[in-house]
Amino acid sequence: MEQMEQSSRRSFLKTVAGGAAATTVAGVPHVARAQTKLTFGLWDHWVPGANDVLKGIVTDWGKSNRIEIGIDFITSIGNKLDLTAAAEYRAGGGHDIITLGTWNPTLYKDKLEPMTDVAESLIKQYGKFQENATYLNFQDGRWVTLPAPIGSHTYPLETRMDIWKKSAGVDVQEMFPADVKKRDRKKIDAWDWKVFLAGAKKVHAAGFPFGASIAENTDSNDWLGPLFASHGVFPIDEKGTITIEQDATLQVIEYLRELTKYMPKDIYGWDDASNNRWLISGKGSAIINPPSAWTVAKRDQPQVAAQVWHHDMPRGPKGRWRGALPFSWGVWSWSKNKQAAKDLLLYLSTREVQWKLITASQGYDYPALPAFFNHPVWQEIEPPKGGQYNYPVRGDEKLIVAGWPGKQEYGVQIYYKWLLPTMVGKVTSGGMAPKDAVKWAAKELEGYKRG
Amino acid sequence: MSPNSTAVDVAATARVRPARSLRLRLRSRSAVAVLMCLPLLALIGGLVAYPFFYSIYLSMLNKRETAFVGLANFAYLTTRETFWMVVRMSFLFTFLAVFWKAVLGFTLAVVINALPQRGQRVWRGISLIPWVMPLALSSLGWWWIYEPTHSALNWVLVVVGISPKPWLSDPFWAKFSVILVNIWYGTPFFMITYLAGLKSIPVELYESSAIDGASAPQRLRYITLPMLKNIIAVTMLFSTIVTLATFDIIRVLTRGGPRQTTHVFGTYAFELGIATGDVPLGAAVSLFMFPILAVSAFFILRGIRQSTA
Repeated sequence: MEQMEQSSRRSFLKTVAGGAAATTVAGVPHVARAQTKLTFGLWDHWVPGANDVLKGIVTDWGKSNRIEIGIDFITSIGNKLDLTAAAEYRAGGGHDIITLGTWNPTLYKDKLEPMTDVAESLIKQYGKFQENATYLNFQDGRWVTLPAPIGSHTYPLETRMDIWKKSAGVDVQEMFPADVKKRDRKKIDAWDWKVFLAGAKKVHAAGFPFGASIAENTDSNDWLGPLFASHGVFPIDEKGTITIEQDATLQVIEYLRELTKYMPKDIYGWDDASNNRWLISGKGSAIINPPSAWTVAKRDQPQVAAQVWHHDMPRGPKGRWRGALPFSWGVWSWSKNKQAAKDLLLYLSTREVQWKLITASQGYDYPALPAFFNHPVWQEIEPPKGGQYNYPVRGDEKLIVAGWPGKQEYGVQIYYKWLLPTMVGKVTSGGMAPKDAVKWAAKELEGYKRG
Repeated sequence: MSPNSTAVDVAATARVRPARSLRLRLRSRSAVAVLMCLPLLALIGGLVAYPFFYSIYLSMLNKRETAFVGLANFAYLTTRETFWMVVRMSFLFTFLAVFWKAVLGFTLAVVINALPQRGQRVWRGISLIPWVMPLALSSLGWWWIYEPTHSALNWVLVVVGISPKPWLSDPFWAKFSVILVNIWYGTPFFMITYLAGLKSIPVELYESSAIDGASAPQRLRYITLPMLKNIIAVTMLFSTIVTLATFDIIRVLTRGGPRQTTHVFGTYAFELGIATGDVPLGAAVSLFMFPILAVSAFFILRGIRQSTA
């Protein structure tokens, strides 16, 4: 059986690579295989209709390959997706394929089937994955999971272009046009955190402050992580050395002490949806978020949505960084149909399928393969036309998940023990001296090294 | 057996005896009682005893769950500043919540007990609503009331001329908010238990004390409280255990924030065990209070036994 499956997979890879295929009527590649069953735990997409498109693609592939596929859409609300993965990991049973949140490949890698062959096939065909997706999925010399485009997202600045232009004199649409060739390098180089602070003061004075949480939620990590990174601050380096006690950390904290004066006072109690509401309500003029806020605004406050422009983060002395939260697909080691599971994931990762899925998600799903950034959805979606063109990285931004480049076992703790927001909040809200807050963080990091 | 019995008779008798003996045993009341308790024992064994001993086992493993480390996880926790913050908050949360639930529950019970019989039923029912609602659901309702930017409560405060409060954004107010929700949720339990206790106090005691000229506070001090002493002790013990294990309210309202200041054992254990995958350390956090609670329970229950002996 194993031999037969190997042979089938090879033929499928040829199909994918060469374009010539043993295709079915529906155009779905056919992999000859005896009747098998697969169960797939998928992330329950919040974009209306995205689940149906994915379900149709998976079901058609199953029918074409005589594989019975059971799909469960699992919401990430209330940590249900994480809890499902945790329960299946501990029980040693459940789905064959599971969607894993950002750090879960690290937590469950000892019970996951290596995906190296699938990942390498995709790299061979489409080029390298994004660095942060590689960091999270490639561990201990193997691909423990496959980067899942569905659900993966990044955190660009989401700016009310009308307010920033009028109140702060910053024209983000002109600076980051919907065509990378039209970018003015000088203007973009000048777009740094100092300029951003000056703009934040002005929009605050105009009554429309910039809003971002400093609390126990992922959004906090996904803007503070890039801000610290752009000043060269990474809590732990790849060798495991604690590097947070440095002057640059103090500089960023001082910067935040100033910036938070011009932000809403309640950001310390915000959750992941608070910044969305802040922008949609019309009270705010900028947030750092995927296009989900825009999507809801388009439904509830179309006049707000029409003024929202997604664009690059400000630059720091050590570069320009943007937060990202990639999802992954894993095949549990107890699955009886690992090869079929891998074939399905390989199929779902192909350009043809990705094209359909990105369209269905209205551009929310962020491909881990830069080769897919030329999808037209980000240029066409409106209003305003081109407002999401810069959602895929077009310029010099690097993607980061707070915790990088430390060993993943430390990274997950930096992220989910909320090291950065807590350290910053101790100063900006708690009144602690910056040096003491950094010392506290360094001591916490020492504890993360517990074996 | 007679000397004339055949081998067949002997075998037949041997078959009959166990069957008859089983029937006889089943007829005894204690055997039936044990049989009827078996499903419950299986439930307690599977859902209480096994998880408890398994969590003790987990708390003594290393992070990867590959080696036995004894009490090292507990020792590690004592070196962490955040953990001691969790301990302080857990105690503060439990002490204030149980105290106010007891005070308000008792007051409500006395007031409802003093109402005419017909009115009591309605008030009893209304008072129980917070307790019968699913806590996760009511916590969501409270979240809407406290919501940092668009708080309904702040809207009301502003209307009546009071400045809005940072219900979930400031450590003091966040602690106040989560404790208040726990009091709101748990007071009906105290009320209904105390009300049942009040109903069991013979009316003659109050009548004779009234004839002797006892005032209302004296009747409360010398009749009601002594008669409810055991009920108060048991409810306080039970509520302390349950309140110390609070999870839903804090998870929904603050997720332990701001700055980790509202974490209690349950939410902190979740953060460590599920979010960062350190299940042994999470188990150690959740078991940390077990010895203190066990000793407290022992003395309180012994006190009750002695007073009723």
